[in-house]
Amino acid sequence: MTQLILKRLGLGLVTLWLVSVLIFAGTQLLPGDIASTILGQNATPESLARLRTELGLDAPAVVRYLQWLKGFATGDLGQSLASGQPVSALLWPRFWATMALAAYAAAIGVPLAVGLGILTAVRRGSLFDRAANVLALTAVSLPEYFLGLLLILVFSVQTNWLPSLADTYPGMGFSAWIEATTLPMLTLLLVTVAQMMRMTRTAVLAVMDRAYIETAFLKGLQTRRVVLCHATPNAAAPIANVVAFNVAYLITGVVLVEAVFNYNGLGRFLVDAVSKRDFPLVQAAAMVFAAVYVLLNMVADIAAIALNPRLRHPR
Amino acid sequence: MARSPFTSTLDRRAFLASTAALGAGLLLPAGLPGARAQEATPRKGGVLKLGIGGGSTSDTLDPRKLTDWVPVNQAFMLMNGLVEIDKDNKAVPELLERWEAKPGATEWVFDLRQGVTFHDGKSLTVEDVIYSINLHRGDTSSAARAVAAGIADVKKLSDRQIAITLKDGNADLPYVLSDYHFLVVPDGFTDWTKPVGTGPFVFETYDPGVRSRFKRNESYWKPNCANVDAVEVIVINDISARTNAMMSGQVHAINRVDFKTVDLLKRNPRLQVVQSAGGQHFTFLMDCTQKPFTDNNIRLALKYGIDRQQLLQTALRGYGRIGNDHPIPSTDPFFAKDLAQRAYDPDKAKYHLKQAGLDSLPVTLSASDAAFAGAVDAAAVYRTAAAGAGIDLSIKREPADGYWDNVWMKAPFCMSYWGGRPTADQMLSIAYQSSSSQNDTHWKNEEFDKLLVEARAMLDQTKRGEIYAHLQELISNDGGAVIPMFGDYLDAVSTKVKGVTPHPMFNFMGARLAEKVWLDA
Repeated sequence: MTQLILKRLGLGLVTLWLVSVLIFAGTQLLPGDIASTILGQNATPESLARLRTELGLDAPAVVRYLQWLKGFATGDLGQSLASGQPVSALLWPRFWATMALAAYAAAIGVPLAVGLGILTAVRRGSLFDRAANVLALTAVSLPEYFLGLLLILVFSVQTNWLPSLADTYPGMGFSAWIEATTLPMLTLLLVTVAQMMRMTRTAVLAVMDRAYIETAFLKGLQTRRVVLCHATPNAAAPIANVVAFNVAYLITGVVLVEAVFNYNGLGRFLVDAVSKRDFPLVQAAAMVFAAVYVLLNMVADIAAIALNPRLRHPR
Repeated sequence: MARSPFTSTLDRRAFLASTAALGAGLLLPAGLPGARAQEATPRKGGVLKLGIGGGSTSDTLDPRKLTDWVPVNQAFMLMNGLVEIDKDNKAVPELLERWEAKPGATEWVFDLRQGVTFHDGKSLTVEDVIYSINLHRGDTSSAARAVAAGIADVKKLSDRQIAITLKDGNADLPYVLSDYHFLVVPDGFTDWTKPVGTGPFVFETYDPGVRSRFKRNESYWKPNCANVDAVEVIVINDISARTNAMMSGQVHAINRVDFKTVDLLKRNPRLQVVQSAGGQHFTFLMDCTQKPFTDNNIRLALKYGIDRQQLLQTALRGYGRIGNDHPIPSTDPFFAKDLAQRAYDPDKAKYHLKQAGLDSLPVTLSASDAAFAGAVDAAAVYRTAAAGAGIDLSIKREPADGYWDNVWMKAPFCMSYWGGRPTADQMLSIAYQSSSSQNDTHWKNEEFDKLLVEARAMLDQTKRGEIYAHLQELISNDGGAVIPMFGDYLDAVSTKVKGVTPHPMFNFMGARLAEKVWLDA
């Protein structure tokens, strides 16, 4: 088990390094650079040249990449090219903001989705099952952008129950934070619950058709006991997997939701950084996203092994 | 029914050859019930919340690097400029109190306002002003480097006066110094993460690209300004998020309202739309050095082949004015009012094609919403009108990202825009003088270049006006830009906010809204 985790960590690091190379190459391919975005329509050849020298952009790309890698390996994320602020001071608050929103959505979404999934599996074919599935499919097929705007229209413009702007700042109270982030949380919930629920339902159903479940029923056990004690533990591995994927999505896939609600998370941070060509910010944000993804994938795999005795004790 | 309430009659007051009014004034009628400059005394108190688009995590308050609307507004909250442009487009004193030019307009003397203090308690001195101007001169990466390039020397005359010598005469120097990059900081100041200024508000919290909160400077020098206790700026780049925030009452004001949704916003009784006519205009640029645009007949055919009225109604919903293929707005005192307005005329367009030896003309237009919101739709409207004039216009959609690096000034025929400039000279110099690095039609006209420099140094405004009228005619009849329309600056402001006026330079009262308004109890 330890060996496995170490191996996965090593692979994760290689993945991260590959991501950093790809991102750097990508930023080099983009038209324009930070100097032309800073100076905009006021750019003159002299001021452009001068600014590029000031920012160290005249060094060859490989040299700049290696410098960045050296810093990154020693825990120094560098400075924003445009404002000279340390990247870490800009990035971590935004990372925690995204994490907080994801945690809020996951805390409600995961139990809800797994519960619904088990319920619909138990009542296969009932009206409840069919209604839940139709709703889930509807939520999944609407783009987040549209869902978010729909929620804003209903809950803030027409009824004024909730703010349309997820305006959060340090020092606001917990209840104020909850109020500000409820609409974006709902949007994320609608998008992710459906998938987790349907996967849970499928996994539980696959187990329910097995002989030992039939035996349990024939023994006269109650349905609830059969589902919770006999079926669900054996369906846990695929469920854990889909939950981990969706949590990863909650953290890395929030760019659109953040734009609609103007939430100050890492997604908007990355969009800003790319549009300004502020390479150290792009690189740092991309690395954080990639690390989250790699870690959660690893957790999903390890959970699948831990929950499956046959994988835990290979012959 | 979205006709601008403005008539185009200008109040052409006689030019006052006084020191503080080198540009003749004109009045913008306030087309806003409830938003006229109230006589009422401002009320103190309250927190003003602004939702502003045009900010990013990379923002800095370094005056040399100001390019976007959020940092420009924030910079004006913390710092003061040298000269202010008022709502009538006149240069009025800010930290420089009086000015005088010697004949020829190369030698200027400016008086420093007395009794102003920085937020750290230090008194404002001549040295601070000289340091702040020099940030943009010489070997610098300042975005205002080109604006300051005409300054040959800045020196101290006394504790109250500085002398500025120019390389060539420029009667508009006070307007040049009104540029938003010329903000004043203490001599030797370099900590741009926390600028110390003389402005109406003092630094409290600042999270670039997200939000900021500045509190009132209790000893601010400007009368009836800095009325609110604090200003919160929330950066909202997404136009629909900005509009929603305004509709649900979470902010008091938003900038850059979408032309498409402004009429919907107007239905909301809790807000007013502030409409400012100014120099912002939208262009179709022909590169005069690339075929077929080397032939002026082709350029004229394309100018006659556009339906300006239709474009103004569809792309801007009527919130603007018709353009006449030159960049000077009707709000400018030097606007060529006697120049005949060019109209959609397919026959004339065909005639010019014939002169160029063609029956029909295929052209490709590079279009992107980077030029302005709705540019691609505008291109489609143009195509329909041009087809009637024998011009087969095909639209090449370009990605918005990188448009200014890859397409602008490179494609033979593309779309663009210009924000307004405070003076005719600046606008003509930056975009049409052949030596300018932003001459985006690559137009070269010796007569134009010569007269432009002559007019720049003229203190006789009547004669100057005649020359500018001629220059506009030259651009209109020979230049490479099709300029169908000028777009108004649109803001939405809550009815709780008092003291808001339209302003010819930019949104939000020339980016100085925060210091001027107050909140109703």
